[in-house]
Amino acid sequence: MSALLLEQLLNGVQLGLSLFLMAAGLTLVFGVMGLINLAHGALYMTGAFVCAWTGALTGSFWVGLGAGVLAAAAAGAVIELLVIRRLYDRDHLDQVLATFALILIFSEAARAVFGAAPLWLDVPPALAGSVALPGGAAYPVYRLAIIAAGLAVAAGLYLLIQRTRLGMRIRAGEADREMVGALGVDIATLYTVIFALGAGLAGLAGAMIGPLQSVQVGMGEPVLILAFVVIVIGGIGSIRGALFGAVLVGLVDTLGRVFLPAAFALVLEPSAAAGMGAALASMLIYVMMAAILAVRPQGLFPADA
Amino acid sequence: MREGVVSAALLGALLAFGLGAWALGEVFFVNLAARVACVALAGAGLNLALGFGGMVSFGHAAFFGLGGYAAGIAATHAFDGGAFAGVLPGTTSMPVVWLAAMLAAGLAALPIGLISLRTQGVYFIMITLAFAQMIFYFAISFPAYGGEDGLPIYLRSELPLVDASDPLDFFLVSFALLVAVLLGCRTVLAARFGAALALARLNPVRLATAGIAPLPVLLAAFVASAMIAGLAGALFAELNGFVSPAMLSWHRSGEIMVIVILGGVGRLAGPVAGAMLFVALETVIGGWTQYWQGWLGLILLGVVLFARGGLIGALAGPVRHG
Repeated sequence: MSALLLEQLLNGVQLGLSLFLMAAGLTLVFGVMGLINLAHGALYMTGAFVCAWTGALTGSFWVGLGAGVLAAAAAGAVIELLVIRRLYDRDHLDQVLATFALILIFSEAARAVFGAAPLWLDVPPALAGSVALPGGAAYPVYRLAIIAAGLAVAAGLYLLIQRTRLGMRIRAGEADREMVGALGVDIATLYTVIFALGAGLAGLAGAMIGPLQSVQVGMGEPVLILAFVVIVIGGIGSIRGALFGAVLVGLVDTLGRVFLPAAFALVLEPSAAAGMGAALASMLIYVMMAAILAVRPQGLFPADA
Repeated sequence: MREGVVSAALLGALLAFGLGAWALGEVFFVNLAARVACVALAGAGLNLALGFGGMVSFGHAAFFGLGGYAAGIAATHAFDGGAFAGVLPGTTSMPVVWLAAMLAAGLAALPIGLISLRTQGVYFIMITLAFAQMIFYFAISFPAYGGEDGLPIYLRSELPLVDASDPLDFFLVSFALLVAVLLGCRTVLAARFGAALALARLNPVRLATAGIAPLPVLLAAFVASAMIAGLAGALFAELNGFVSPAMLSWHRSGEIMVIVILGGVGRLAGPVAGAMLFVALETVIGGWTQYWQGWLGLILLGVVLFARGGLIGALAGPVRHG
């Protein structure tokens, strides 16, 4: 039991840190530019597709990973220049619709270019094995690598935002965009860079998930919605909140799916328990989000506090 | 009043299209007209919350789908003689199905609205989306009513004097409901409630200063909007003879929103124009290419970026006040 618990805890943390990569870009873009971007999941999908395709072409996962991140960042920069920058002064409704339109365009474009059949990606040989956990269970190295990458990105983002000139401008942009512009910072370029940075992180998340699940059109949308839950729980605009919310959502979702059916089995007959447990487990994070918002409508770490 | 003329013309065109298709024996196009009426009704529901109340709900598929499931479950139990939750027997009576669909959507909208209206702006968008996802995942993983596979509707429900399994009759019933709902909305919006709702959208503090608490006004509009969407869902499920979790998906929420925007936000007949345009695009571009949604995306992008006000805005000019 404890081996299972440890394994599921690690799975939860891994899901959480993948979500953090998505949520960080979303929350950064919202915090600085005030934009709600539904097309973030399309950038995740772009990263995954380009990684899988390039990986298969070159035979190297690492080349694919780099290509996926770069392609997502480039796609982000392009849509920022063409579409997104016209939306900063619009209300949220226009932003939702325009980025919803981008999802439709990206999904159909991916289907036209890569086909409707899912792509598969192998775990890179260097990360292929598994390690023994205390308690006897074996755990895939690749999932540990995702955890490590997520933590490294979190640390890197912290350093970037707190310790560099770009980070200073990002923080200043969150506090007062007009003033930053008045002080001579090229705000349009800054926005493009931030958007591309967020897009690159989404692409990284998508590229890394390739070896764990099939790469297909529409894969970005469930993750996008989970990332929304994360940033709403964490407080929109707050990176710290995104990290905390992401790990919380990852853990609650993973553990709920494993242990809720088991808990129901104690009081119900097996088939009813499995159905009920699975149904409630899939709703659990939304219930949690509703509960948190009912108590703290601004999320756990409001950005402007 | 120009907008009134445009609205009447749009409804007249839809009616003429349905009747004309029937006269020519084109059952496909009669069903298409019924589809427009159902989708327009869902849009009319969302428009009440989004256009007139300023509540950008990204979760109206939940209410649409709940209405659909109410119809599906009623038909299933009328077929197998079972009972919902052990107490509610099935039925094929249309008014009862409609009532059940509206109640199901309204009862879900009450707590969802109460919690969501504590938040504003982007939080409201996301929390309504999350609630809809919650219901979507419940429908997918709960096995009793078809789970992921959905629920076929074997028995068409009935109305006295009307043969609802006849495409024309079904279209006329849907159309009549659409007109009734639009007229009802117009009456309510022209009354004190409409004025309070408009002020709740524009300036809630001023509304509160005038002695009317904004929350009950907004909540009432939200619940009414959900009930209309639920009614539309029941009709839509019956039209297709099938209800599945896809009716609850967030894509569907987006589509209902797109219909409202294409037609014109906060214009009474906006959803009718939007639904006609949407179904026409779906049918025409969908006939040319399997990638029709990508083209829809491009058109939508163009409308949002460059052509604000939607179809009604283009036909009837900007909103007139007074």
